[in-house]
Formats: sequence, C-alpha cells, structure tokens
Amino acid sequence: MTTAAEDVAARRAGAAGVGLMLPGTLYLVAFFVIPVFALLATSLYVPVPGGDVGQFMPALQWQNYATALAEFWPQLLRSFWFALLATAGALAVGYPIAYLVAVRCRGRPLLQGMLLVLVVAPFFTSFVLRTIAWKQILADDGYVVQALHWLHVLPPDGRLTATSFAVVVSLTHNFVPFMALPIYASLERLDPRLVEAGGDLYAGPWTTFRTVTLPLSMPGVVSGTLLTFIPAAGDYVSASLLGNSTNTAMIGQVIDTRFFRLLDYPTAASLSVVLMVAIAVLVGLYVRRTGTEDLL
Amino acid sequence: MSAPQTTESLELWGVRKEFGAFTAVESLDLTVPEGSFFALLGPSGCGKTTTLRMVAGLEQPTSGTISIGGRDVTGTAAFRRPVNTVFQSYALFPHMTVLDNVTFGLRRKRVPDARAKARAGLETVQLGHLADRRPNQLSGGQQQRVALARALVNSPSVLLLDEPLGALDLALRREMQLELKRIQAEAGITFVHVTHDQEEAMTMADTVAVMNEGRVEQMGPPAELYELPSTAFVANFLGRSNLVTGTVLDTGEVLGVDVAGTRLQVPAGRVSTGVSGVALRQAQDPPVETGAVVQLGVRPEKVRILLNGGEPTPGSNVLGPGKVTDVSFTGVSTQYQVDLGDLGLHDVFAQNSSGAPTVRVGDAVRLAWDVDRTFGLAGEPAGSGQ
Repeated sequence: MTTAAEDVAARRAGAAGVGLMLPGTLYLVAFFVIPVFALLATSLYVPVPGGDVGQFMPALQWQNYATALAEFWPQLLRSFWFALLATAGALAVGYPIAYLVAVRCRGRPLLQGMLLVLVVAPFFTSFVLRTIAWKQILADDGYVVQALHWLHVLPPDGRLTATSFAVVVSLTHNFVPFMALPIYASLERLDPRLVEAGGDLYAGPWTTFRTVTLPLSMPGVVSGTLLTFIPAAGDYVSASLLGNSTNTAMIGQVIDTRFFRLLDYPTAASLSVVLMVAIAVLVGLYVRRTGTEDLL
Repeated sequence: MSAPQTTESLELWGVRKEFGAFTAVESLDLTVPEGSFFALLGPSGCGKTTTLRMVAGLEQPTSGTISIGGRDVTGTAAFRRPVNTVFQSYALFPHMTVLDNVTFGLRRKRVPDARAKARAGLETVQLGHLADRRPNQLSGGQQQRVALARALVNSPSVLLLDEPLGALDLALRREMQLELKRIQAEAGITFVHVTHDQEEAMTMADTVAVMNEGRVEQMGPPAELYELPSTAFVANFLGRSNLVTGTVLDTGEVLGVDVAGTRLQVPAGRVSTGVSGVALRQAQDPPVETGAVVQLGVRPEKVRILLNGGEPTPGSNVLGPGKVTDVSFTGVSTQYQVDLGDLGLHDVFAQNSSGAPTVRVGDAVRLAWDVDRTFGLAGEPAGSGQ
C-alpha cells in the first residue's frame, strides 16, 4: 500500500535518478556502445574490389572470423596461457605483500602507508619504461644471466631475453599492484577477532589462514585476478619488447600489426571481437565458479 | 566423568601484563575452582578483559604463570589450550553457515560425528531451526547464542565470556543471564565471565572478583561482597553506599566512632583494613586502635527515615537531622536523597510495602539503621567512589 505522497516522492526520485544516470549513459553510448558496434561492423567488411590496401566496404563476411582464427589460434591460446601464468605469478607475489601490509603491520598506519607507496611506486614510471628495464635486467651480458650460467641453471648458450619466460616475468611484474591492492583492501577489512576466534577454536595458524583469512579475502583475490588476467591477455607491450617474433607472439601484437602495419582492418577487428568474447566467457565462468557474482 | 575437582581448576599466579609503560594487570593471584561461575567485575580499563585474553592465550603475560587443570599453559598457544571464548562482538565467521560455525572447533579437534554434535549444541541454545542461515541473517540475541553454542560444544575446561551480553537490550539481557546460568549448571563447565555490570555479575556468578586499576580489590560470593565491602571502591561499585568518616573513640566487640560529634557504632568484625579480603579480615588484619580514622558505611536500603518525633529502635545508629532533597518513586521502592550538611548526600531506598511514600521534599528527617548492618573501612578516604 502506497499513499499518494509516497507516489509523488517515488516519481520525483525517479526523475532525479534519470537525471543522474544521464551523463554516465551518454558516456557509455559514445565511448563503448558505438565503438563496439563499429568494431563488429568492421570485422565483417570485405576489401573494395580493385581498391588500394586498407580500402574496405561494408558487408556481412562471416568468413573473416574463420580465416582469422585458422591463422592466429596459436597466438590467441598463447595469450591466455601467458595471462594465466602472469596472474598466478602476480598472485604468488601480490598476496604475501598484501598480507604483510594489511595484517602484519595492522595498527601501524605510517608503516602501512609507506609500504603501500612502495607497492604503487611502479605506477609512477611508465609501463613501457618498466618493460624496457626488464630487457636490461635479463640481457645476455646482465648479472642475472651470468649468475644463472655460473650456477649451470642456464646452458652456456641459453638466454632470457626473447623468451616466453621474459614475457611472463614482465607481465607479472607489471600487474602485481593490480593484484596486491584489492587483496590488501579485503584483508584490511578482515576483523582480527575472527582470526583470534579461529585460534580459540583449535585452528593453528595455517588452518586459520586456510579456513578463515583466505576465504574472507576471496573478493580481493577475485578482483585482483580479473584486473590482472583481462589486461594481460590483451597486452602486447611485454611481448613486443621482450619476446621474439615467432614463439612468444601474443594476440595483442597480432591485432596491432594487422591494424597499423598491414591495414587489414577486418581481421584485426574480428580478432578483437574474439578476444573480447573469449575473455567475457572465461571471466563469467570464473566468477560463477568462485561464487562472487556480486562483483559483476 | 570429569577429573577430580582440584585438577581442573584455573589458577593464575603472579600474573602481570604491561603494554609499554602501562601496567594493565598487576601481579594477579586467582583460583577458579572447577565448575564454578566466576565473574571478573570492574570498570572499563581495569584489566579484566586483558586477564581473560591471557587465559585464552590471545595475550602473553609479562610475568607469572597460568595453569589449567594443574598444567602450566602460560607459554601454550591459544589453539592448544582447552579453553573457548565467547567474544564480545561474537566474532562469528561470516562466510560460514551457523552450523559450520558451530562445527568449526569440533572439526579441528577431529571429533567424530562433529555435525551431529554441532546440531545438538544448536538445540541447547534453541537455534536448531536456523542451522543453515548465515550469521548476518540473525538478530543480535541469536548471534549471541550461536557464539555460545560454538564455544560450548567443544566441552572446554574453561569457558571465557567477554562481556557477552553487552550489546543486547535490557529484556534480552535478563533472559540470557538466566539461560547462561541454566546452561552453566547443566554443562558443569567452569565459566569465567567478564563484565562491568555489577547486577549481571551478582545475578549469575557464585564468586565475584572486583577489579580496579589492574588489581583485584575484593573477591567472594556476591552477598558477602555486598554486605561487607572491604574497600570504598567496592562499596560504591557494587551497589551504592552511604559513607561517613570518623575517629575511633573506644574499641572492643563493638567500636564507638565519633562522626562529626555523633557517636556511631560498628561491630569490630565488620571493619576491614582494606589490606585483605573480607573472608580473611579477622584472621590477619591488624586491630583498629583508638584514635584511628575509619569510614563507616551502610547500604541505602537498610536505612530508615525518621520523621520529626520518630524514635529509633534500640541498637540503631542515628544521623541527622537533614533535609530531604529528592524523592523518586520507582514502583517497587522509593529512593530518597537526604542532605546531611557536612556529611554529604545520603541515599535511602524504602520498599513501598504500605502504599505511596509519605515523606516529601523539604522535610526535616533523621536517618537510622541497625548497628549490626554497619560496615567499616579503616583508613582515610582515598578519594575513590563518590
């Protein structure tokens, strides 16, 4: 039962709501909906008969997808594989950092602040610079490679640059803050009394971590893995600067080359669409499986 | 089924806890016999919660030993102690169902039939029907019961309760007090209950230790603490007291004390030097000598108001006249405040057994009470209490 006054109030709130949503909606239409439709349309274009390179006309050439996938499925799969490795790596590095800052340094805000600045510091230098730095670190005459030669971990002619390893290391490093910060936020909110309750109920430190701390930080872990996996799968800077042209190429590189070097817009567009859909499907499955639908 | 009484008791010897320069607990000696309901009562910051956390193993004492059932557990980690805690904020695991919360401890101890036992535990607190809910879907009172069940199902040697009723409203708190008492009697587990609510402590516990500034001021059964407080702090923290200061005129079975020109009396056995608890006073305390300063006290409900012309019964202490400054009718009783001039404000609680009160604000009255109901505290007032 609603009174007339409540109806009026609800309608007013409705009008205000529409007004507030307008800027966001316009923004999304202009910068997301229209471009996505343009991308979809481009992916179905055909070359203008007898035209120059880079001249295409509207069509519904579904064949473009089959051709693009047939040629570039290894790069697509590799992208997801590298992104998965980088996500695992960032989790392995980022979780302990987040735990150290949020839990171990609890109650010492100054120290926490300083450590968080250290975590975020990589953001202050450009993505490209950080990636180039890895090129120096992993260079053939660098200390790392020399040490590995000396330890016989790496064969005398073995190198680290231009390998999958270098690409994954760079991806991992670049995305650690994206992993650590959401986990930090989750752990920061964790009530320390719950951890005490675990200890009080006969759970040792490791069991308490496994049954209380980790499950309660899962929202952060899920956010962090998404923030790492999605951009890492589409990344092309690390692969271009630290990989080689044959067995480390990622789909981002392929799209970049098709769009800007070969002016093959339909193939680039269809690969972009495939990448987008594949990420959406993988993320959807992942989120459903981890039971954190409220994130979407 | 349980071990002999002496072996399951909780004992603290010289336990002391410092946080930096601040001493939270000063060399505490406590013995809590098995199966008793023990209350640690005191104002916030008196060290009662720190004491509890040291027993739980969540805090390490700076010095001293803690033993449970004769076994020294001072250095033992919390998860290896046969102790469970009902936390003030309940600390239920929000990502688990109510049943999983209650099963948690049993599963860690690898108890067979953990789920069935947890269900039975939920039944004891009448929450069997909410087993599959999440803690945040329950009311405060229900969460409180879950926290209790989660601790109790493990049959700990000692159950620690940290202000467990603090967040509940008055009616619910009263109900939970009775339920806790019933559960404690049925389970026969030692309960150590921390509270700042004197009524709660007296209602539930068989032994109350009143703490103040990191020390136990007095310890004993509630009635004894109430009747014979041994310090001014206890006299005023545990209920209210009318205290006056005087000088001892003569000693013997009954002390005569001069209070602002009036001779009051107090039985010698009811005078505490404040050095030790009431139970020990006759055996150890030095006798009070003529000329010594003592405080005399009486509980407000033991004081009678004498209107003009009213005569005290023989064997009474009488003070006054004074002026009635306030009359509060509370239904069961009427609370008067009487201004005795230099002797300060005094409270009188009178039962309304014969109808509405007849004394009014502004009336000149005298106050009388039995000599046998008077208690004495040797020494100058320490500025505590009123």
